[in-house]
Amino acid sequence: MNASAAGQVSEALARIRRLDPHLRCVLTALEEDASARAAALDAAPPTPRGPLFGVPVAVKDNICTSSGATTCGSKILADFRAPYAAHVIERLHEAGAVVVAKTNLDEFAMGSSTENSGFFPTRNPWDVERVPGGSSGGSIVAVAARLVPYALGSETGGSIRQPASFCGVCGLKPTYGRVSRYGLVAFASSLDQVGPVAVDVPGVVRLLGAIAGRDERDSTSVGEPVPDYEGMLAESPGRIRIGYAREYFGEGLHPETRKATEAAIEVYRKLGADVREISLPHSAYTIACYYIVCTAEASSNLARFDGVRYGHRTKEPADYIDMYSATRDEGFGPEVKRRIMLGTYALSSGYYDAYYLKALKARTLIKSDFLEAFKACDVIVSPTTPTPAFRFGEKADNPLEMYLADIYNCAANLAGIPAMSIPCGFTESGLPIGLQLMAPHFAEGRLLQIAHAYQKATEHHLRKPPICAE
Amino acid sequence: MPGKIDEKQVRHIAHLARLKLTDAEVARIGAQLSGILEYVEKLGELSTEGVEPTAHALPVCNVFRDDVPGAWFAPEAALANAPEKDPPFFKVPKVLDQETA
Repeated sequence: MNASAAGQVSEALARIRRLDPHLRCVLTALEEDASARAAALDAAPPTPRGPLFGVPVAVKDNICTSSGATTCGSKILADFRAPYAAHVIERLHEAGAVVVAKTNLDEFAMGSSTENSGFFPTRNPWDVERVPGGSSGGSIVAVAARLVPYALGSETGGSIRQPASFCGVCGLKPTYGRVSRYGLVAFASSLDQVGPVAVDVPGVVRLLGAIAGRDERDSTSVGEPVPDYEGMLAESPGRIRIGYAREYFGEGLHPETRKATEAAIEVYRKLGADVREISLPHSAYTIACYYIVCTAEASSNLARFDGVRYGHRTKEPADYIDMYSATRDEGFGPEVKRRIMLGTYALSSGYYDAYYLKALKARTLIKSDFLEAFKACDVIVSPTTPTPAFRFGEKADNPLEMYLADIYNCAANLAGIPAMSIPCGFTESGLPIGLQLMAPHFAEGRLLQIAHAYQKATEHHLRKPPICAE
Repeated sequence: MPGKIDEKQVRHIAHLARLKLTDAEVARIGAQLSGILEYVEKLGELSTEGVEPTAHALPVCNVFRDDVPGAWFAPEAALANAPEKDPPFFKVPKVLDQETA
């Protein structure tokens, strides 16, 4: 690529200025820092240039950057400036990329629509009356509206795949441990993972190659060698074995989503894939298990927001207990409070065995389903979400219904396996539909090959939202 | 599985979680938690006898590294976000000479 870093970055910043007022996907545009970094890249000797030289990237605002605020979409961190950058940010910089914006999210990544952002909701570029999904809604929209070519999101339970599906882009949740969580503000540590977002599979591959690998500072990041994903993408995928999980095509699946997903499987058949039915018998317990595990971990992780070392502190507390509890009441929004309460309850004396321990055992069964299923297939395909993007407010008063928006996504987080969403069609009214592909631990390379084979045979990922033409 | 959650329990949990909830929040969160717990109780249908709990998706355990001194951020940087400080300390309301709650 010959384009100068300054040119690429100033174009991205101009697109943000033009379109973001309609979409609100950006919390902080890093105008000055990004321009300065781009100028420095252009001025540096051209040998050797990083693989992402001058490429503008948007980053979810729960990932610490050394410039700008890192708010997690929460009032409690509205003015927080991280004293260090996340591992993934260091890796992006080493590759020559430039972080141009911090993006909106559901507060502390808890939500499926960005309506839980402590600041404002983000809009879906395909229909601004609808949610973009969440919690990585801002990063997904920045890519979907072509403000930036790449973005980083994070997942705890579907927070990259679900909005990627709602907005017609590609998003990958890597294997747990594939990418360092150092500098990702913790929500549920046994589930959290940073992942790449792009309009197509080669973009996801470039970004994943830049961020994957062991980092001493995250003891759960693994030493498993990082394969040459780009090289694998250039190879023929050979014989593809697709697993069709009947449990993911049941009640509540929108007819147009079902049709598009089945058509995608047909595309694989035409490519010579072997499609066979597999079973994930404990699927019905996924959401119940997930919401106990994630809230229990969240109640512990979010204990650090106590008004002592950083973030908001209440004015004139009666005593130190009041300082903690009034600070947290003022700083946290309703969904965060709800999850802290549920998690605290599940871990509290008398309920631990019935809820938390039971959920950990259910997690074993859910994970075993996948290990068994992958004996017969390379990837499991399903719809990413049961419906296309919903309207603002549609699920806002019913937390359980909102949780069920991630019904097909959370199992991959519980099992720790890689999973992605790629566009596989549109509804008659023009809303994107996503295809989910899940693979065994550390089989990202194979997963991406198979996703790429689909994109080479189809054009859904090339369609841009009408707002881009404005 | 235990039954639904009442107002007294909501207040107890809020205290454990250090959340000062208004009466309206107690009522609303109590009702919502009851609904979520009712859904979660389906886990009770599962036979989990002899099933080991999974706290972590990968079989990674006891990751050690050498304890090597290295650069870290300076006290000023660590204090930069503090709501109240008295360098090199964070400043908090008085904790001692007071009945703990």
